Amino acid sequence: MSEVLITLIVELEDRPGQLLKVLQPISALGGNIVGIIHQRGKKTPLNRLPVEISFKIDSSKVENLIEELKSLGIIIRSFNEVKLTATTSVLLIGHLIHTDISDTISSIDTDGEAECVEMHVSMPEISGPSTAIITISASGKEKLKEALEKLREVCRRKEITIIEPVNEELI
Amino acid sequence: MIKIAIIGFGTVGQGFAELLVRKRDEIEKAIGEFKVTAIADSKSSISGEFSLSDALKMKRETGRLRDDVSAMEIVRNAEYDVLVEASVTKIGGGDAVEYIREALKRGKHVITSNKGPIVADFDGLMKLAEKNGVKLMYEATVGGAMPVIKLAKKYLALCEIESVKGIFNGTCNYILSRMEEEKLPYEQILKEAQELGYAEADPTYDVEGIDAALKLVIIANTIGVRARYEDVEVTGITQITPEAFQVAAEKGYTIRLIAEVSREKLKVSPRLVPLHHPLSIRGTMNAAMFKTDTAGNIFVAGRGAGKEETASAMLSDFYEIYAGSP
Repeated sequence: MSEVLITLIVELEDRPGQLLKVLQPISALGGNIVGIIHQRGKKTPLNRLPVEISFKIDSSKVENLIEELKSLGIIIRSFNEVKLTATTSVLLIGHLIHTDISDTISSIDTDGEAECVEMHVSMPEISGPSTAIITISASGKEKLKEALEKLREVCRRKEITIIEPVNEELI
Repeated sequence: MIKIAIIGFGTVGQGFAELLVRKRDEIEKAIGEFKVTAIADSKSSISGEFSLSDALKMKRETGRLRDDVSAMEIVRNAEYDVLVEASVTKIGGGDAVEYIREALKRGKHVITSNKGPIVADFDGLMKLAEKNGVKLMYEATVGGAMPVIKLAKKYLALCEIESVKGIFNGTCNYILSRMEEEKLPYEQILKEAQELGYAEADPTYDVEGIDAALKLVIIANTIGVRARYEDVEVTGITQITPEAFQVAAEKGYTIRLIAEVSREKLKVSPRLVPLHHPLSIRGTMNAAMFKTDTAGNIFVAGRGAGKEETASAMLSDFYEIYAGSP
């Protein structure tokens, strides 16, 4: 069994219940949703709404899932599959929100081979430093190393303390 | 009869002298008769005829020794076979570098607990010892009672040591493990550590990772990675938030100040350590993990500081010089 990260952009009609139609088959096949982004500003001429859904799923289930979605009449605009074989967590401490955490995190993913798959931010007070643990998955150890190097660079620039794991199977 | 001169008669020097008194029988059985022929601290000294117990008593009661002969004069002129150099660490080495050089030039073995000289001139001092056919031993500079230097040099001698990762500063480890337990901010735990005597009034040397970096340089050179203090990438523990432990725990990690050396890396920084990992030790403990080509991972842990612990490391060096290589 090997896990893959799927990034799917579907076009949904802008009315209740449409998103659920996509999510149910993913969930039924054991997929784990990582993120959903509604691209409200990017409506299609036919008034459809592009929605980007990222999820982790066993690679053997992907084909079934796509069939299933198509049979439900869902329009798949794009589909990207990344084999995630290397994963690590790193801790960030600093003014994460003021320094645009979403920019910090997207810095690791420049070629679609690495992705932040999980994040937990703890912000005890608005003015103080916040702390986040992020989990990064990549298509291989080399890609994970590259992603971490990019993250280090951004953190240096933004004066964020980055705490990396000590266990060597990861890096 | 092995003659010993002790330079530096503070906590460590006294601790070593006390062990000599207390364990005289065991030591003499293992390596033969010995005698302390001279002791010097920064202000006073004693040499010639004296008893070690009396010298200890005198120092404890009056804060000084009998005579005024300087430490350098003792090193240059006193009669001894092994110099035990236990003066306080100064970055850059301080006078201790000269004490050690002088003793080695005279063909005397040296045992030191002082990081300063070993970091300042590792190669120079080692070559000088070799040239003069004597040993320069420095187990006590790293990890207190925990065997690190002789473990690397002797028992892992024919292994390729690919990396060493360790906790070499008890103060930082105490602060981090207490932050983890109490979920309190750094400043508050630091205060607690200061009250308990685990941290200095000015904690910079420990909490900014300087002490750990000095020790890492010593380990690096010991395993054949040429390194100077300036080469170490150092991050201390002062930025760590209490929330960091909470969010780390959710992913099965804690945080420790880890010193790491390999061919590519020379770094002291806070790291995520899996909760079940041997390096997730608590309190003032020190620990080290050696990764080797043939022996796999070797892990050691022990008390990284303390009078008797440091003295025990020096005593193990003493044993090594006289009985370690039959």
